[in-house]
Amino acid sequence: MRAMRDVWGEKLVELGASDPRTVVLDGDLANSTKADKFAKAHPDRFFQMGIAEQNLIGTAAGLAAVGYVPWTSSFTVFFTHRAIDPIRMLVAQSCANVKIVGSYSGLLIGAVGKTHLDIQDLAIMRAMPGITVLAPADEAEVLAMMDWAHAYDGPVYLRLVRDAVPDLFGADYNFVPGAVHQLRAGSDVALVSTGPQTARVLNAADQLSATGVSVSVVHVPSLKPLDEDALTAALLHHHLVVTVEEHSIYGGLGGLVAEVLTARSPAPRIERIGINDTWGESAGNDFMLDKHGLSPERIAHRVSEALARVPG
Amino acid sequence: MGSRQSAHEQVTRLTTDTVVPDYSDLPGLARQARWQVIKTVTSNKAGHIGGPLSMMDLLVSLYFHELRIRPEDPDWVDRDRFILSKGHAAIGLYAVLALRGFLPVDELVTFDKGDSRLQGHPDVTRLPGLDASTGSLGQGLSVGVGMALGAQRGNKDFHTWVLLGDGEIQEGMVWEAVQVAARYKLSNLTAIIDRNGLQQFGLPSTSETTRTDRGDRRDPWFGVDLAAVFQAFGWRVLEIDGHDYGQISNAYQLARSGDYTRRPTVIIAHTVKGKGLSLAEGVHTWHSIVPSTDDFEKARQELEADEIDLLDAYTHRTRDNRVETHATQGANSGNPVLENGARA
Repeated sequence: MRAMRDVWGEKLVELGASDPRTVVLDGDLANSTKADKFAKAHPDRFFQMGIAEQNLIGTAAGLAAVGYVPWTSSFTVFFTHRAIDPIRMLVAQSCANVKIVGSYSGLLIGAVGKTHLDIQDLAIMRAMPGITVLAPADEAEVLAMMDWAHAYDGPVYLRLVRDAVPDLFGADYNFVPGAVHQLRAGSDVALVSTGPQTARVLNAADQLSATGVSVSVVHVPSLKPLDEDALTAALLHHHLVVTVEEHSIYGGLGGLVAEVLTARSPAPRIERIGINDTWGESAGNDFMLDKHGLSPERIAHRVSEALARVPG
Repeated sequence: MGSRQSAHEQVTRLTTDTVVPDYSDLPGLARQARWQVIKTVTSNKAGHIGGPLSMMDLLVSLYFHELRIRPEDPDWVDRDRFILSKGHAAIGLYAVLALRGFLPVDELVTFDKGDSRLQGHPDVTRLPGLDASTGSLGQGLSVGVGMALGAQRGNKDFHTWVLLGDGEIQEGMVWEAVQVAARYKLSNLTAIIDRNGLQQFGLPSTSETTRTDRGDRRDPWFGVDLAAVFQAFGWRVLEIDGHDYGQISNAYQLARSGDYTRRPTVIIAHTVKGKGLSLAEGVHTWHSIVPSTDDFEKARQELEADEIDLLDAYTHRTRDNRVETHATQGANSGNPVLENGARA
């Protein structure tokens, strides 16, 4: 159980050592994102772009065009909002080999308030043709995704969080783009999650199981591409599917699952747990998770209520 | 340089064949390219004219005398990079690429049409010979910064050139790139500003601005000393007449040879929007317009004469792969290039 940003920073150092094409572009947040580890290990390939994220993305695209493998360092919100037009034209439309990594996604980034919270990045990046959209849950998944992304010739968006996250997978974890992971098999309700929220969902599943509910848990680390058949197979036989994400209920995992399942018939009832069309605020992690229904207790409660409404 | 001289001799010899461009005739090539722009936009019934025409002498000089490129090997890894940041002038670039042998001249009629390689704005995924996609303004210089930074770190000696519009540099992202280029001492990067003094709509002239206005529109940078601004940001500034081939050539050579304090170079090239077509010169409404039948006829009279020698380098190259592609040296007018923002 280590902070995701530390895992990322150390892996960057390793990629820099194994591949001289590796470069890192920072938007003056390296000591927060932990790209400073790379700056120390490979100073000639660490580029300080200053507080100017649009140019950071454009410069990364230019470096990619002449053979480098650029990784970016800032908070997600400054990429997916501030720099979205260069991401659209210079990275996505140009199929540039840029690895856009936003640390500090979601709600749990320290008490900084709504200006710095990114609860729309999945919706924005999913709607961007050509970009692979990944949300790892733990250290093993971050490492596997970084290895895959570095070897893959094309744009990747990697959604990281600030804090320590529990380990779900072992060191033998093998990342396959599009794959979904069934972590629990049940029959009453299927909980679907992505990123570190999956750990809290597993905790909620334990609480529900203790009350006699048979729960499936499905982890979707690759929002794009997605093996829609595998997702459907894991979910369709349940009467109730509940999506849970540290993101707006619009356009992220909940939207994705609804899009896939409603194209099949008969579709299960779908409940979406997430940030309910509102902004965040300055607050501690526990307050945030509780307020937005993302704590294990709140998830279990919401699922119990929903089950009571679903005809068995 | 000796190699340039021998390349020039070889081209001169080849031009006895009527399908090979005469690379020393920049005015003829520019007139030809301008005519292809007018013809294409008219037949397509959409496109831009003013911007492609204002930059044409800069572009023709670059592609026929300066860029180290290989039309037969457009992905050559050590080639110079060129980015048309003012992507709406794409048809002007396509016309020059066609004359230079990157695509057949008769492909220009597909401009802006479905499935065409010649999209309304340059699409790097479709046409070999392009180095970046542009169109959303103000982004090309950042890509150039990345390419120049990569060349610097990789000890590559290719030069990166970015052509921007003077309206376009209102975008804030341009000034992000300006800062970073100076900080990283990218003297292998040159920005060329097509300073035609007009943008799509802008503002009307006032009694205050009329002294420097073009026609009845206000200069987007009225009251701003752009040369001083770039200099203050740590760039070397060359200010030229963007229609004088001698000044252009001198500026390009100075830019490529670098700067002793390793500053990036900006060439502020004063141009006339719509240049080469008398009825369009300096008229902002020609930014994006489809010429009327009468106007097209006037353009034909001014520009078409050269088409009898239509020079299809692409067809020639693919036929027997004989065209010498190394840049050749054009005639100099001998006019001085003014350094550091001095004005003519």
